[in-house]
Amino acid sequence: MSNHHPVADTQHNKTFTAYVIGFVLSIILTVAAFFLVQKQQLTTVNLYISVAVLALVQLVVQVICFFGLHKGSERGWNLLTFVFTILIVLVVVSGSLWIMYNLNYNMDH
Amino acid sequence: MMTEVLANQDHHEHHDDSGSRVVFGFWIYLMSDLILFATLFAAYAVLRNNTYGGVGIAQITDLPRVLTETLVLLISNLTIGFAFLSQQRASKQGVILWLLVTFLIGLAFVGIEYQGFSQLVAVGNDWQRSAFLSAFFTLLGVHWFHVIAGLLWTIILIIQFASQGTSSKMATRLTCLGLFWHFVNIIWIFIFTIVYLMGVI
Repeated sequence: MSNHHPVADTQHNKTFTAYVIGFVLSIILTVAAFFLVQKQQLTTVNLYISVAVLALVQLVVQVICFFGLHKGSERGWNLLTFVFTILIVLVVVSGSLWIMYNLNYNMDH
Repeated sequence: MMTEVLANQDHHEHHDDSGSRVVFGFWIYLMSDLILFATLFAAYAVLRNNTYGGVGIAQITDLPRVLTETLVLLISNLTIGFAFLSQQRASKQGVILWLLVTFLIGLAFVGIEYQGFSQLVAVGNDWQRSAFLSAFFTLLGVHWFHVIAGLLWTIILIIQFASQGTSSKMATRLTCLGLFWHFVNIIWIFIFTIVYLMGVI
Protein backbone atom coordinates (compact mmCIF):
# COMPACT_ATOMS: atom_id res chain seq x y z
CA MET A 1 0.00 0.00 0.00
CA SER A 2 2.81 2.41 0.86
CA ASN A 3 3.60 3.08 -2.78
CA HIS A 4 0.04 4.32 -3.39
CA HIS A 5 0.29 7.25 -1.02
CA PRO A 6 2.80 9.40 -2.90
CA VAL A 7 0.72 8.94 -6.07
CA ALA A 8 -2.47 9.93 -4.24
CA ASP A 9 -0.70 12.92 -2.69
CA THR A 10 0.62 14.13 -6.03
CA GLN A 11 -2.85 13.83 -7.55
CA HIS A 12 -4.26 15.66 -4.54
CA ASN A 13 -1.74 18.50 -4.82
CA LYS A 14 -2.35 18.82 -8.57
CA THR A 15 -6.10 19.11 -7.97
CA PHE A 16 -5.54 21.67 -5.22
CA THR A 17 -3.21 23.72 -7.44
CA ALA A 18 -5.69 23.62 -10.32
CA TYR A 19 -8.51 24.91 -8.08
CA VAL A 20 -6.39 27.76 -6.70
CA ILE A 21 -5.06 28.78 -10.14
CA GLY A 22 -8.60 28.69 -11.57
CA PHE A 23 -9.89 30.76 -8.68
CA VAL A 24 -7.16 33.44 -8.86
CA LEU A 25 -7.41 33.75 -12.67
CA SER A 26 -11.22 34.01 -12.47
CA ILE A 27 -10.99 36.83 -9.91
CA ILE A 28 -8.43 38.71 -12.02
CA LEU A 29 -10.49 38.33 -15.23
CA THR A 30 -13.72 39.38 -13.49
CA VAL A 31 -12.21 42.44 -11.80
CA ALA A 32 -10.43 43.43 -15.05
CA ALA A 33 -13.74 43.34 -16.97
CA PHE A 34 -15.42 45.32 -14.20
CA PHE A 35 -12.82 48.10 -14.21
CA LEU A 36 -12.74 48.32 -18.01
CA VAL A 37 -16.47 49.04 -17.97
CA GLN A 38 -16.26 51.28 -14.89
CA LYS A 39 -13.51 53.50 -16.36
CA GLN A 40 -15.10 53.65 -19.87
CA GLN A 41 -11.79 54.69 -21.46
CA LEU A 42 -12.03 52.47 -24.54
CA THR A 43 -14.38 53.05 -27.45
CA THR A 44 -17.76 51.30 -27.23
CA VAL A 45 -16.88 48.64 -29.79
CA ASN A 46 -13.54 47.91 -28.12
CA LEU A 47 -15.26 47.61 -24.74
CA TYR A 48 -17.76 45.09 -26.09
CA ILE A 49 -14.96 43.03 -27.63
CA SER A 50 -12.77 43.23 -24.49
CA VAL A 51 -15.42 42.07 -22.02
CA ALA A 52 -16.54 39.30 -24.42
CA VAL A 53 -12.95 38.07 -24.76
CA LEU A 54 -12.41 38.23 -20.98
CA ALA A 55 -15.60 36.16 -20.42
CA LEU A 56 -14.54 33.56 -23.00
CA VAL A 57 -11.05 33.31 -21.47
CA GLN A 58 -12.69 32.79 -18.07
CA LEU A 59 -14.91 30.06 -19.59
CA VAL A 60 -11.81 28.24 -20.86
CA VAL A 61 -9.98 28.72 -17.52
CA GLN A 62 -12.92 27.36 -15.50
CA VAL A 63 -13.57 24.43 -17.85
CA ILE A 64 -9.91 23.38 -17.63
CA CYS A 65 -9.34 24.07 -13.92
CA PHE A 66 -12.71 23.03 -12.47
CA PHE A 67 -14.31 20.58 -14.92
CA GLY A 68 -11.08 19.02 -16.11
CA LEU A 69 -10.59 17.49 -12.68
CA HIS A 70 -13.62 15.28 -12.76
CA LYS A 71 -13.09 13.64 -16.09
CA GLY A 72 -12.36 9.94 -15.82
CA SER A 73 -12.57 7.25 -18.44
CA GLU A 74 -15.29 9.16 -20.31
CA ARG A 75 -13.02 12.10 -21.08
CA GLY A 76 -13.38 11.85 -24.86
CA TRP A 77 -17.18 11.65 -24.64
CA ASN A 78 -17.28 14.61 -22.25
CA LEU A 79 -15.34 16.73 -24.69
CA LEU A 80 -17.31 15.55 -27.73
CA THR A 81 -20.71 16.29 -26.16
CA PHE A 82 -19.41 19.65 -24.91
CA VAL A 83 -18.21 20.72 -28.36
CA PHE A 84 -21.47 19.52 -29.95
CA THR A 85 -23.50 21.48 -27.37
CA ILE A 86 -21.46 24.64 -28.01
CA LEU A 87 -22.27 24.20 -31.72
CA ILE A 88 -26.00 23.95 -30.95
CA VAL A 89 -25.74 27.00 -28.66
CA LEU A 90 -24.08 29.04 -31.41
CA VAL A 91 -26.76 28.01 -33.94
CA VAL A 92 -29.61 28.81 -31.51
CA VAL A 93 -28.22 32.18 -30.39
CA SER A 94 -26.89 33.51 -33.70
CA GLY A 95 -29.91 32.14 -35.60
CA SER A 96 -32.38 33.79 -33.21
CA LEU A 97 -30.58 37.14 -33.34
CA TRP A 98 -30.29 37.02 -37.14
CA ILE A 99 -33.95 36.16 -37.71
CA MET A 100 -35.27 38.69 -35.19
CA TYR A 101 -33.01 41.45 -36.50
CA ASN A 102 -34.28 40.88 -40.04
CA LEU A 103 -37.86 40.72 -38.81
CA ASN A 104 -37.51 44.08 -37.03
CA TYR A 105 -35.79 45.59 -40.05
CA ASN A 106 -38.46 44.44 -42.51
CA MET A 107 -41.32 45.59 -40.28
CA ASP A 108 -39.82 49.08 -40.11
CA HIS A 109 -39.19 49.45 -43.84
CA MET B 1 -8.94 4.89 7.01
CA MET B 2 -6.50 2.24 5.86
CA THR B 3 -9.29 -0.34 5.66
CA GLU B 4 -11.38 2.06 3.64
CA VAL B 5 -8.54 2.48 1.21
CA LEU B 6 -8.19 -1.31 1.00
CA ALA B 7 -11.93 -1.80 0.59
CA ASN B 8 -11.99 0.79 -2.16
CA GLN B 9 -9.03 -0.92 -3.77
CA ASP B 10 -10.93 -4.24 -3.89
CA HIS B 11 -13.94 -2.82 -5.68
CA HIS B 12 -11.98 -0.18 -7.46
CA GLU B 13 -12.64 -1.44 -10.97
CA HIS B 14 -16.38 -1.82 -10.53
CA HIS B 15 -17.04 1.43 -8.63
CA ASP B 16 -14.86 3.53 -10.86
CA ASP B 17 -16.73 2.28 -13.92
CA SER B 18 -20.31 2.76 -12.68
CA GLY B 19 -19.34 6.04 -10.96
CA SER B 20 -17.90 7.52 -14.13
CA ARG B 21 -21.02 6.47 -16.06
CA VAL B 22 -23.21 8.31 -13.55
CA VAL B 23 -21.00 11.38 -13.86
CA PHE B 24 -21.13 11.17 -17.66
CA GLY B 25 -24.94 10.91 -17.54
CA PHE B 26 -25.01 13.97 -15.32
CA TRP B 27 -22.71 15.75 -17.76
CA ILE B 28 -25.26 15.11 -20.55
CA TYR B 29 -27.94 16.71 -18.35
CA LEU B 30 -25.70 19.76 -17.85
CA MET B 31 -25.26 20.05 -21.62
CA SER B 32 -29.05 20.08 -22.12
CA ASP B 33 -29.30 22.70 -19.36
CA LEU B 34 -26.73 24.73 -21.26
CA ILE B 35 -29.04 24.74 -24.31
CA LEU B 36 -31.92 25.90 -22.06
CA PHE B 37 -29.80 28.84 -20.90
CA ALA B 38 -28.74 29.56 -24.49
CA THR B 39 -32.41 30.01 -25.50
CA LEU B 40 -32.96 32.34 -22.52
CA PHE B 41 -29.85 34.37 -23.43
CA ALA B 42 -31.08 34.56 -27.05
CA ALA B 43 -34.54 35.75 -25.89
CA TYR B 44 -32.89 38.33 -23.64
CA ALA B 45 -30.63 39.61 -26.45
CA VAL B 46 -33.63 39.94 -28.78
CA LEU B 47 -35.87 41.71 -26.23
CA ARG B 48 -33.37 43.81 -24.28
CA ASN B 49 -34.27 47.08 -26.04
CA ASN B 50 -38.05 46.56 -25.92
CA THR B 51 -38.57 48.51 -22.71
CA TYR B 52 -42.08 49.84 -23.57
CA GLY B 53 -41.14 53.30 -22.32
CA GLY B 54 -39.96 51.91 -18.97
CA VAL B 55 -36.52 51.37 -17.49
CA GLY B 56 -33.69 49.78 -19.48
CA ILE B 57 -30.86 47.60 -18.22
CA ALA B 58 -28.53 50.59 -17.66
CA GLN B 59 -30.97 52.19 -15.19
CA ILE B 60 -31.44 49.09 -13.05
CA THR B 61 -27.82 47.89 -12.95
CA ASP B 62 -25.98 48.36 -9.66
CA LEU B 63 -22.46 47.35 -10.78
CA PRO B 64 -20.81 47.12 -7.33
CA ARG B 65 -23.63 44.82 -6.14
CA VAL B 66 -23.27 42.64 -9.24
CA LEU B 67 -19.48 42.46 -8.79
CA THR B 68 -20.03 41.37 -5.18
CA GLU B 69 -22.40 38.62 -6.33
CA THR B 70 -19.84 37.46 -8.90
CA LEU B 71 -17.01 37.35 -6.35
CA VAL B 72 -19.25 35.49 -3.88
CA LEU B 73 -19.95 32.79 -6.48
CA LEU B 74 -16.26 32.56 -7.45
CA ILE B 75 -15.33 31.96 -3.79
CA SER B 76 -17.96 29.20 -3.59
CA ASN B 77 -16.26 27.54 -6.61
CA LEU B 78 -13.15 27.25 -4.46
CA THR B 79 -14.92 26.03 -1.30
CA ILE B 80 -16.81 23.25 -3.11
CA GLY B 81 -13.46 22.28 -4.62
CA PHE B 82 -12.06 21.97 -1.09
CA ALA B 83 -15.02 19.71 -0.18
CA PHE B 84 -14.08 17.52 -3.16
CA LEU B 85 -10.43 17.41 -2.00
CA SER B 86 -11.52 16.45 1.54
CA GLN B 87 -13.52 13.55 0.05
CA GLN B 88 -10.36 12.39 -1.74
CA ARG B 89 -8.57 12.39 1.63
CA ALA B 90 -11.59 10.49 3.07
CA SER B 91 -12.02 13.29 5.63
CA LYS B 92 -15.69 13.29 6.60
CA GLN B 93 -15.36 16.39 8.82
CA GLY B 94 -13.55 18.23 6.03
CA VAL B 95 -16.28 17.46 3.48
CA ILE B 96 -19.06 18.53 5.86
CA LEU B 97 -17.21 21.71 6.88
CA TRP B 98 -16.55 22.84 3.30
CA LEU B 99 -20.08 21.93 2.15
CA LEU B 100 -21.45 24.03 5.02
CA VAL B 101 -19.22 26.97 4.01
CA THR B 102 -20.34 26.54 0.38
CA PHE B 103 -23.97 26.46 1.50
CA LEU B 104 -23.61 29.71 3.48
CA ILE B 105 -21.86 31.48 0.59
CA GLY B 106 -24.56 30.28 -1.83
CA LEU B 107 -27.21 31.46 0.61
CA ALA B 108 -25.56 34.91 0.66
CA PHE B 109 -25.79 35.05 -3.14
CA VAL B 110 -29.47 34.02 -3.10
CA GLY B 111 -30.15 36.71 -0.47
CA ILE B 112 -28.38 39.53 -2.36
CA GLU B 113 -30.15 38.51 -5.58
CA TYR B 114 -33.54 38.39 -3.86
CA GLN B 115 -32.94 41.87 -2.48
CA GLY B 116 -32.23 43.11 -6.03
CA PHE B 117 -35.41 41.47 -7.41
CA SER B 118 -37.64 42.83 -4.64
CA GLN B 119 -36.24 46.37 -5.04
CA LEU B 120 -37.23 46.24 -8.73
CA VAL B 121 -40.69 44.86 -8.06
CA ALA B 122 -41.29 47.38 -5.23
CA VAL B 123 -41.08 50.33 -7.65
CA GLY B 124 -43.29 48.66 -10.28
CA ASN B 125 -40.49 47.25 -12.49
CA ASP B 126 -41.80 43.69 -12.34
CA TRP B 127 -41.80 41.06 -15.11
CA GLN B 128 -45.13 42.30 -16.50
CA ARG B 129 -43.85 45.85 -17.10
CA SER B 130 -42.07 45.25 -20.44
CA ALA B 131 -40.70 42.56 -22.74
CA PHE B 132 -37.21 43.51 -21.56
CA LEU B 133 -38.13 42.94 -17.90
CA SER B 134 -39.86 39.63 -18.75
CA ALA B 135 -36.71 38.36 -20.44
CA PHE B 136 -34.53 39.78 -17.64
CA PHE B 137 -36.50 38.12 -14.84
CA THR B 138 -36.78 34.83 -16.76
CA LEU B 139 -33.03 34.54 -17.36
CA LEU B 140 -32.01 35.75 -13.89
CA GLY B 141 -34.83 33.83 -12.19
CA VAL B 142 -33.96 30.50 -13.83
CA HIS B 143 -30.34 30.95 -12.74
CA TRP B 144 -31.51 31.91 -9.24
CA PHE B 145 -33.62 28.75 -8.93
CA HIS B 146 -30.64 26.69 -10.09
CA VAL B 147 -28.62 28.11 -7.19
CA ILE B 148 -31.48 27.29 -4.78
CA ALA B 149 -31.61 23.73 -6.15
CA GLY B 150 -27.84 23.54 -5.55
CA LEU B 151 -28.36 24.71 -1.95
CA LEU B 152 -31.02 22.04 -1.27
CA TRP B 153 -28.75 19.42 -2.84
CA THR B 154 -25.86 20.61 -0.64
CA ILE B 155 -27.99 20.17 2.52
CA ILE B 156 -28.96 16.65 1.42
CA LEU B 157 -25.31 15.73 0.82
CA ILE B 158 -24.28 17.18 4.21
CA ILE B 159 -26.88 14.92 5.89
CA GLN B 160 -25.76 11.90 3.85
CA PHE B 161 -22.07 12.49 4.58
CA ALA B 162 -22.87 12.93 8.28
CA SER B 163 -24.74 9.61 8.42
CA GLN B 164 -22.77 7.50 5.91
CA GLY B 165 -19.27 9.00 5.90
CA THR B 166 -17.11 9.04 2.79
CA SER B 167 -17.30 6.27 0.19
CA SER B 168 -16.92 5.91 -3.56
CA LYS B 169 -20.71 6.23 -3.89
CA MET B 170 -20.68 9.51 -1.99
CA ALA B 171 -17.67 10.63 -4.03
CA THR B 172 -19.74 10.22 -7.20
CA ARG B 173 -22.60 12.25 -5.69
CA LEU B 174 -20.23 15.01 -4.57
CA THR B 175 -18.61 15.06 -8.03
CA CYS B 176 -22.04 15.62 -9.63
CA LEU B 177 -22.86 18.43 -7.18
CA GLY B 178 -19.46 20.00 -7.88
CA LEU B 179 -20.06 19.88 -11.64
CA PHE B 180 -23.53 21.41 -11.17
CA TRP B 181 -22.13 24.17 -8.96
CA HIS B 182 -19.30 25.07 -11.36
CA PHE B 183 -21.77 24.98 -14.28
CA VAL B 184 -24.23 27.36 -12.60
CA ASN B 185 -21.35 29.71 -11.77
CA ILE B 186 -20.11 29.73 -15.38
CA ILE B 187 -23.65 30.70 -16.45
CA TRP B 188 -23.41 33.59 -13.98
CA ILE B 189 -20.16 34.79 -15.57
CA PHE B 190 -22.08 35.16 -18.84
CA ILE B 191 -25.01 36.90 -17.09
CA PHE B 192 -22.45 39.24 -15.48
CA THR B 193 -20.85 39.96 -18.86
CA ILE B 194 -23.78 39.95 -21.30
CA VAL B 195 -26.59 41.34 -19.13
CA TYR B 196 -24.78 43.69 -16.75
CA LEU B 197 -21.42 44.76 -18.20
CA MET B 198 -22.65 45.01 -21.81
CA GLY B 199 -25.84 46.61 -20.45
CA VAL B 200 -24.04 49.65 -19.06
CA ILE B 201 -21.45 50.13 -21.85
